[in-house]
Amino acid sequence: MAHRVLIPTPLRPYTSQQETVDAEGGTVGEVLSSLTTQFTDLRRHLYADDGKLRHFVNVYVNDDDIRYLERDATKLKPGDVISIVPSVAGGAPGPAAPADRSTELSNAEIRRYSRHLILPEVGIDGQRRIKGGRVLCVGAGGLGSPAALYLAAAGIGTLGIIDFDNVDESNLQRQILHGTPDVGRSKLQSARDRLTAINPEVHVETYETRLTSANALELFKDYDVILDGTDNFATRYLVNDACVLLKKPNAYGSIFRFEGQASVFATVGGPCYRCLYPEPPPPGLVPSCAEGGVLGVLPGVIGTIQATESLKLILGAGSTLVGRLLLYDAWTMKFRELKLRRDPACPVCGDHPSIKGLIDYEEFCGVRPAAATAAAGPGVPETTVEELKARVDARAPFFLLDVREPHEFQISRIAGSTLIPLGQLPSRLSELPSASGQEIIIHCKSGVRSAKAVALLKENGIEAKNLKGGILAWIDKVDPTLAKY
Amino acid sequence: MSTDSVRAPLSSSSFPTTVAAEAIETIRLHGAETFPYECCGALIAVDGRIVEAFRLDNTTAGGAARRFRIGPDGYRQAEANARARGGTLVGFYHSHPNEPARPSAYDLEHAWPNFTYVIISVRAGTPGDITAWHLRDDRSGFDEGELIWPTGS
Repeated sequence: MAHRVLIPTPLRPYTSQQETVDAEGGTVGEVLSSLTTQFTDLRRHLYADDGKLRHFVNVYVNDDDIRYLERDATKLKPGDVISIVPSVAGGAPGPAAPADRSTELSNAEIRRYSRHLILPEVGIDGQRRIKGGRVLCVGAGGLGSPAALYLAAAGIGTLGIIDFDNVDESNLQRQILHGTPDVGRSKLQSARDRLTAINPEVHVETYETRLTSANALELFKDYDVILDGTDNFATRYLVNDACVLLKKPNAYGSIFRFEGQASVFATVGGPCYRCLYPEPPPPGLVPSCAEGGVLGVLPGVIGTIQATESLKLILGAGSTLVGRLLLYDAWTMKFRELKLRRDPACPVCGDHPSIKGLIDYEEFCGVRPAAATAAAGPGVPETTVEELKARVDARAPFFLLDVREPHEFQISRIAGSTLIPLGQLPSRLSELPSASGQEIIIHCKSGVRSAKAVALLKENGIEAKNLKGGILAWIDKVDPTLAKY
Repeated sequence: MSTDSVRAPLSSSSFPTTVAAEAIETIRLHGAETFPYECCGALIAVDGRIVEAFRLDNTTAGGAARRFRIGPDGYRQAEANARARGGTLVGFYHSHPNEPARPSAYDLEHAWPNFTYVIISVRAGTPGDITAWHLRDDRSGFDEGELIWPTGS
């Protein structure tokens, strides 16, 4: 079967200046082979001495790069058009990155990293570069855990970790740097112990602090790659902007419920997080993992992708996720990829940036505590768990509405409450005792959703009060026998 | 306006040798702006004269201080731009921060034949020498080309 092959300008002198050539074959490999048999001079420009396609030669079947199909073995259908599209590369003399920090490998290290050393793509030089490499993990949680474990195992020279939290029982389902005996310990101490046990050669630097606009540039400046393992938008924008300003690549990952994303941002000329998301979502719209839940192994997948990208960035080899957003859905087990471009109008990495220093990210994301209260609606009437307890004890009549989801209700509930999930509330208003004049108290897990419910009822002319702190406050202060989640 | 021959060995009739002053200015500015990182872009010729230096993103993953890469998207963008101007894509330019304007071994390894490779040396942020190079057909090395542009004002 003959296929049309589009020849790029620099190779046309070898095809008698023809822009398209027909070549026989059922797969891409066969077509290219018949092409180079017809036009033998093409061969040395398309193939390296080892018989492999030169890595700056890109072959497309219609619009798809064969690297994402089955490479040479990609099967062709009648009418498929093959394009040879050049990448153009070059550079100044010397290795890609100054190698002054890389060091000789000891015999013990050669034994330890032998599976890297026998990969020609890594080899001794690559392992030395890894040894000279410095990666900073922002967060020692779900994403930072697998990333730090694998980077330590890979022999990274310096691994920095920023965190300020202690290990909580609810972390253990996914934050595999920490174990049951670590509950209550500082995450950094626990991380250091675990990483040193895996690889004592790794220099672990810990920073027990919250990342802020005041310290980010100073903390990032000595690292080669910043690995974003943050769990909130304000810090994510902060990490991004600091990386762009310092020209440090950002190995980005984020997770929610069953879905994750990964990319590499802030390389010179490449897109940044703001090119993808110029504005943060309104506060409260996207629930955190604590509110929305997360499948425990999900950060394992995304965090190891971030570690992989960090290693390739340090090696200066392979194809990284620069310009690509990888989307992963663990529930349907599907990977998808979106193309990203640097936005010339981006306020931080664009042609005429308006952001030239770090800003106030909590304000930018509207999550300053005062702003958050305002967002929930000024004047939402509230009541406390102590007041609620007093009413229960006094057997005062009231209607306790729980607006959480049924699976949360199943975990723990306040006796006597009625469940109507927030999403169903607008269509189930008739179930409320509005006519009877009975007082309505609404609760959820922590008080955010119930505040929305109070506002919703008010719009419909029904008065209600929000239970401050939700069922979590009830468990803490009134009934510790209930299960906390 | 005077014409200044910058280098004159080995002129090859099939390669463009004259360049518009605006294109040279773009290359100089681009190199200075991205210093200490490498800049890169495409060269577009109309009727055998390079009329435009078209800036492209350096998408290298290998450290832009010493590397540049124009991926297939950038290449297609360059071709489309050349077509839109009624011209041809005749080559690419890139900068060598704090290094001479001579091709490196890495440049050779990655070169395409029949293109003009323009290199600008940028030292301490100041644009310097500009040279042009063509890959030998047997990939054994580069031949230096001629590049002429109007100077003065």
